[in-house]
Amino acid sequence: MDKIHKGSLTMADSRAPAARPLSPHLQIYRWTWTMTMSVFHRVTGGALYFGMLLLAWLLISAASGPKAYAGFEWFIGTIIGRLILFGYTWALLHHMLGGIRHLIWDSLHGFGPQERHALAQATLIGSIVLTVVLWGVGYLLMGGPR
Amino acid sequence: MTSPGHPNPQFTTALRRVRGFGAARAGTGHFWQQRLTAVANVPLVIAFVVIVISLLGRNHAAVVQIIGSPIVAIIMVLFVISVTYHMRIGMQVIIEDYVHSDLPKLSLLLANTFFTVAVALGCIFAILKLSFGV
Repeated sequence: MDKIHKGSLTMADSRAPAARPLSPHLQIYRWTWTMTMSVFHRVTGGALYFGMLLLAWLLISAASGPKAYAGFEWFIGTIIGRLILFGYTWALLHHMLGGIRHLIWDSLHGFGPQERHALAQATLIGSIVLTVVLWGVGYLLMGGPR
Repeated sequence: MTSPGHPNPQFTTALRRVRGFGAARAGTGHFWQQRLTAVANVPLVIAFVVIVISLLGRNHAAVVQIIGSPIVAIIMVLFVISVTYHMRIGMQVIIEDYVHSDLPKLSLLLANTFFTVAVALGCIFAILKLSFGV
């Protein structure tokens, strides 16, 4: 509590003589896995929102004809395009696992300190593993990367 | 969401009509719809990722054939409906969390709906066109 008071002295003093306690904000807390995964969930959600334009581009160009599709085909075939697609699938799967975590919480389970921590770690590790596995399966089915 | 049903609205009080529906008049409607679409998204997302990876490196004719096949087209349309609905609610929450002045908030909420509806309609139209082959 001392830290909070010291940090707020200048602002509090300029207006009121009494140093009132402030409600603690982000910088007060030790950074935790659950906080990080909460941020990840929102950031991946926002990225996926705009990433849907990629799907719209794929579908609309494919529906427009070979000439229009050639543009998308070129972009997604470049290293940048492939990395964006790989990142997009990771974000999608991470957001999915984060969502399942929320569904578990909705059922009033997984609120204990160890459970929260384990679920947050499982979200990140699971999303990376799942992304690699799905790309592996996809490439296996196609007979190698292309 | 409309107000909770009562056999005869004439006899419902003002309190009865607003109870549980909050300032946005929608109650827990968004909360429930976000969960409903989240559950639907789980199998659809996995299928979608596999479908997209299987499209890589294929020429236009093969892509048209894959997306146009009924099973793939149906999964894709379901994916687009569920995901765009889900992302509209999600972005609305983000906007309401960070934007507090009326005009920017209203503008962004409108833009959010326009964007998600446009993406949904564009994707669904394209899938149906690929599938019906016209």
